[in-house]
Amino acid sequence: MPIKSYLAHPHDGQKAELVKALSDIEACEVMPATNENILVVVTDTLDDASEEILKEQIDKIQSLKLLALVSGFNSPQN
Amino acid sequence: MYNSLSTRRSFIKKMAKLSAMTAAASMFPGILFASEQEQGIPNGADLEWKKGPCRFCGVGCGILVGTENGKAVAVKGDPNSAVNKGLLCVKGYHQTMCIQSKDRLTHALVKKNGKYVQTPIQEALDIVANKMKETIDAHGKDSVAMYTSGQSTIPEGYVASKFMKGAIGTNNLDCNARLCMASAVTGFLTTFGADEPMGCYEDIDHADYFITWGNNMAEMHPVLFSRMLEQKSKRGAKIIDFATRTSRSSTASDRSILFEPQTDLAVANAICYEIINNGWVNNSFVEKHCNFSKGLTNIGYGVEDKFKFADKPEKIDFSAYKAFLKEYSPEKVAKYSGVSVKDIKYLASIYGDPNKKVVSYWCMGMNQHTRGTWMNNLVYNIHLLTGKISQPGNGPFSLTGQPSACGTAREVGTFTHKLPKGVVTNPKNRELAAKIWKVPVERIPSKPTYHATEMFRAVDRGDIKFIWTQVTNPLVSLPKTSRYRPGMEKKSCFVVVSDVFPTPTSDVADVILPASWHIEKSGLYGNSERRTQHWDKMVEGPGETTPDAWMTIQVAKRMGYGDLFPYSEENHVEEIYNEYRQFHEGAKHGMAPLEVLKKESGAIWPYVNGKSTQWRFNAKYDPACSNGEAFDFYGKPDGRAVIWQRPYEPPAESPDSEYPYWLNTGRVIEHWHTGSMTRRIPVLHKAMPSAYIEFHPDDAKALAIRNGEQIKVTSRRGSCVLPASINERGLPTKGQVFVPFFDENMLINDVTLDAFCPISKEPDYKKCAVKIEKV
Repeated sequence: MPIKSYLAHPHDGQKAELVKALSDIEACEVMPATNENILVVVTDTLDDASEEILKEQIDKIQSLKLLALVSGFNSPQN
Repeated sequence: MYNSLSTRRSFIKKMAKLSAMTAAASMFPGILFASEQEQGIPNGADLEWKKGPCRFCGVGCGILVGTENGKAVAVKGDPNSAVNKGLLCVKGYHQTMCIQSKDRLTHALVKKNGKYVQTPIQEALDIVANKMKETIDAHGKDSVAMYTSGQSTIPEGYVASKFMKGAIGTNNLDCNARLCMASAVTGFLTTFGADEPMGCYEDIDHADYFITWGNNMAEMHPVLFSRMLEQKSKRGAKIIDFATRTSRSSTASDRSILFEPQTDLAVANAICYEIINNGWVNNSFVEKHCNFSKGLTNIGYGVEDKFKFADKPEKIDFSAYKAFLKEYSPEKVAKYSGVSVKDIKYLASIYGDPNKKVVSYWCMGMNQHTRGTWMNNLVYNIHLLTGKISQPGNGPFSLTGQPSACGTAREVGTFTHKLPKGVVTNPKNRELAAKIWKVPVERIPSKPTYHATEMFRAVDRGDIKFIWTQVTNPLVSLPKTSRYRPGMEKKSCFVVVSDVFPTPTSDVADVILPASWHIEKSGLYGNSERRTQHWDKMVEGPGETTPDAWMTIQVAKRMGYGDLFPYSEENHVEEIYNEYRQFHEGAKHGMAPLEVLKKESGAIWPYVNGKSTQWRFNAKYDPACSNGEAFDFYGKPDGRAVIWQRPYEPPAESPDSEYPYWLNTGRVIEHWHTGSMTRRIPVLHKAMPSAYIEFHPDDAKALAIRNGEQIKVTSRRGSCVLPASINERGLPTKGQVFVPFFDENMLINDVTLDAFCPISKEPDYKKCAVKIEKV
């Protein structure tokens, strides 16, 4: 059950669109960061396959310039 | 205590958030990070705060350690430190958490019948001294060696140098700074005749442009990068990232320019070509303050044992230099560098604009390079041609990776060729050392012996029969460990390892000595900006842990050199520093008195008339300038810096049909170097539990590799298996893979090549050829 955190870099002037697009994805939690140029994103998925699908979904967001992984944890399944 | 899975999951999620928040904050100085530091302090704690420098990288952030009942319970950034102004990165903030690790080395261990036996420290030191003496008696003084560190404190490095060179009389002393900083040293010496940067971190507050050369500062020097981002935000300063891999630094920069490995040599020359071609040369500066020289070419790569090289500098004139640069027009260089003509011209225009202040930063990308000395020379050429040097906001700045790579390795001189002042080949330098050490000058040998790589080759060959390593983990950090691990395991060499934790290096030791950690002893470090910082012992170490300096002194005394080491156990740090300061007396390198360093968060040398010198070689700031001009490069006899003619030459090994990928190695923000400390800090270990191999998505697709799949990476030296990482932390260029080296369970240095810069002898960890297979 992977939990990962990322720094999401929006394209110039598209931060609001990126917040919306990421917030619309159920497995994503979006938070503002002190560095106002970037967002903190935490993903929480059931398994590696769902994680992979989620990643593909995020990668398609037009306002996203780059998603940089910060940490990845794998908690035991219930 | 019962922990439900949901509680655990919620905890993990919180930790994931915290890691990302901290990473975000470390890329920008802000309230959140400061408040996070405060949040980490236990409620109701009555803490005593003690100042010191951070244990980790070469930035030298000031820290305040909160102690309570003899234990270190909190760390925060020192707001009085001019380096970090209260900020800390994720490693710095958590640093003291490693001390209590369960596998801490608390007592000496001696291998008896193949097993380690806990042994009283005094008995272990007897064994070390007896073995060293026996080895010298049987095989000569050059059969014993010490290998120390850019993490050794100044007193530790000083007594190691005095012990080996002044007492025993061998130059068999080198250190791990050879692996990270040696090219910077030879670059400074060949261009300026004096080591270490001329500027300081305050340059960040003045520069209009920061150009980073192969340097991922967001992860490796995060506090300095934060200061740059602050200037970007406040003043509109620009950051240009010039690298072979897209990293966190690239994404936070205004512009990311990628180049093919090794072609930085050609691009730097192309920038100089453009500067000259466009009439951007600062003619009066160059005429007054520079000479032109060339050296030998096709200088080799040092991959064979006992490789020798000595450059033969030859003076040239400006017209010859200009003619040489014709081969480096942007159009010609663009063809093989992967950098467009437009980008080369853009870089040149930044340096060439007389109204813009520019600082160039670099670290391992330029130094760990088979032409590392040349690369350093070439960036100096750019700054010298434009006169953008030794002024606030203008200058080349070589960053360091270790907390005292400058203070100990370079200033004390724990390299085979060095003395605390000058080099062993210089009779006057030997005379000064002999006078201060009170030894016959004849005892200090005039010829250097083994640099780091050659030292471990000599162990493998059986030429070195006793080696003592302190504060370093060479069997993870050396290149080509696939040769040097079996070499160290051979019975022909007696191995002594002083360390705080067990490592793959201590695994091959005959004697393991339990060292005190950073705050369990007093000490001094010297950071990248020539700042010397002192700290007092803050807590007691466990068991029989002992400061490395004191262990060296104890062994020296046992070997009959007690009269040379008359220091007391309580005050040896102070006594040694006061002796050491004599080497650097004068306006060019005067060190601050200890009483000043005890009060302040460091002082920058030359420390003259109670004042730090922030910009050397500029008469406005540097009292050592004496030529009556605005600048005096007094490291050279004629006061002139050298613009070097250095060509592009290919790397030692390039991808081919059998090994089609470049391998680049490096670091991550969570872990410091070989991970022996940071992997014992739970929050850092959990955030980055293991190494990985990064692919460009196109390469991953072509090889049908998915994230997390086990991949075997193989070179002509060895192989390593790691999980794949695609579009995660960083993005290598197509045809290149990247692996961090912090993980002792995935020894990527079994794969790397021990080719080195023939001038500096620093290995190139950034380029070798590998093949990739799915496991």
